[in-house]
Amino acid sequence: MSGAMNTGSAAPKVEEKLFQNRYLVDAGRPHIKLNPGQEPSAALRSLVTTCPAGCYSTNDKGQVEIVTDGCMECGTCRVVTAKTGEIDWQYPRGGYGVLYKFG
Amino acid sequence: MIEEKFDAIVVGAGASGNACAYTMAKLGLKVLQLERGEYPGSKNVQGAILYADALEKIIPDFRDDAPLERHVIEQRMWTMTDTSHVGMHYRSDDFNEERPNRYTIVRAQFDKWFSRKVRDAGVTLLCETTVTELIRDGQGKVIGVRTDRADGVVFANVVVLAEGVNGLVGQRAGLRPVVTPESVALAVKEMHFLPREVIDERFNLRGNEGVVIEAMGTITNGMTGTAFLYTNGESISVGIGCIVSDFEGTGQTPYGLLEAFKNHPSIKPLLAGSECKEYAAHLIPEGGYKTIPQLYGDGWLVVGDAGQFVNAVHREGSNLAMTTGRIAGETIAWLKTRRDPATAANLAEYQRRLEASFVMKDMKKYRNIPDFLHKRAEQVFGLYPRLIAQAAHTWFRVDGKDKRSKEAEIFASFRKGRSLFGLVGDAFKLARAWR
Repeated sequence: MSGAMNTGSAAPKVEEKLFQNRYLVDAGRPHIKLNPGQEPSAALRSLVTTCPAGCYSTNDKGQVEIVTDGCMECGTCRVVTAKTGEIDWQYPRGGYGVLYKFG
Repeated sequence: MIEEKFDAIVVGAGASGNACAYTMAKLGLKVLQLERGEYPGSKNVQGAILYADALEKIIPDFRDDAPLERHVIEQRMWTMTDTSHVGMHYRSDDFNEERPNRYTIVRAQFDKWFSRKVRDAGVTLLCETTVTELIRDGQGKVIGVRTDRADGVVFANVVVLAEGVNGLVGQRAGLRPVVTPESVALAVKEMHFLPREVIDERFNLRGNEGVVIEAMGTITNGMTGTAFLYTNGESISVGIGCIVSDFEGTGQTPYGLLEAFKNHPSIKPLLAGSECKEYAAHLIPEGGYKTIPQLYGDGWLVVGDAGQFVNAVHREGSNLAMTTGRIAGETIAWLKTRRDPATAANLAEYQRRLEASFVMKDMKKYRNIPDFLHKRAEQVFGLYPRLIAQAAHTWFRVDGKDKRSKEAEIFASFRKGRSLFGLVGDAFKLARAWR
């Protein structure tokens, strides 16, 4: 959606921003995986708001989930959880992932 | 995948990787460059300002065909509150020189141009190729890389890690530590398109003149960070970034900060009617000198953002990337002419050359600034911008109050906000960190 700029909205929708971007999604092969099982750390939970692509969310059971389709590969989640080991972060395969037109 | 052995493999086709690969090829080395994106630039994000001096030392006549947006004739430095900004502007016709010093650029386009130069110089570039790990010999010397291509192993005398701030290869090989949330900023930016004449009129520009705005203040809600707005030919780059660890526990979103900045009364009119065509996010190494890792070892070197080469105070990074890349390339070529192997002892020459250049001198000069800012985020990014704005407001408002009383009011507000001891302490510590 490349419409006129969104003015004055109190709760910006990140989905609308991501819709302007180009991606080549590697279907069925997410490059970030969560190691499930344990109670999510504060660091992992913080990604629900810190991730600039809004990839992280919390489900009904209080577990953190990820959908990597809009990921911009910034690496914030990898840095934030480096000590907790809750995330397995790889680059997308060569050619896949975000494709910046302007950068 | 490729049978032949190279003089050097460069991992990454950003500013530092391109500078390094180009320099080596021009000096006659056989160079392979690997890039994980579909094309060079497809994974890269920058504000972006190009510093001519660093590129001139690599491609002296770059102005002939590089995709440059506007040359910067006006720099605005703003401290902002929720409703105001206090600005220091420097605009000069003297910046309209034959060989301008700073340009705004669009990275994806600039990187494509730079990469064309690199390939024309003789470098073999493979895109859509992700380097997965380093290959070492029995003694631990790096002798090549493994990629995600079929039979994707390739060998070289030296591997240059130009893999950026989020570089996995060197971090996973234990050559440098994983960057910490305290030492990197998360920045988000948008590209807003407007007709050229509208930008010219809004910013009082002619021809290819450009304006850049750097801003700080309550726009980061107490977090350590800055925002920017740069004029390109037919677009405006607008963005904001804060230290990653500052986000944790605040519940604030980067895109929420960006929206608020765009809707600030001082910014909103500048973007009115524009069409946003891209939203990008990237990490910026902000830890400075103290976070620079080991820069060389047996068979490897690290350049650019992967080496934490960003001068946060002066908003310089791409020039440090190009300069470290160039110096690394010159060092590797110099060793080859001497027939010296790429051992750690010999590659230490890279570090010596960096120490002698502006790169390490500047990084060293500001080594205490990141700590200073981060420890006083509340004051630097909240209290002081508010006090300065309040002082300006009191001073400029004509309301029948006598001027001596106004002065007293301004001094009282500063002392109430931070105490005389706190004010003097902050000034003293800033002066000491700045030296």
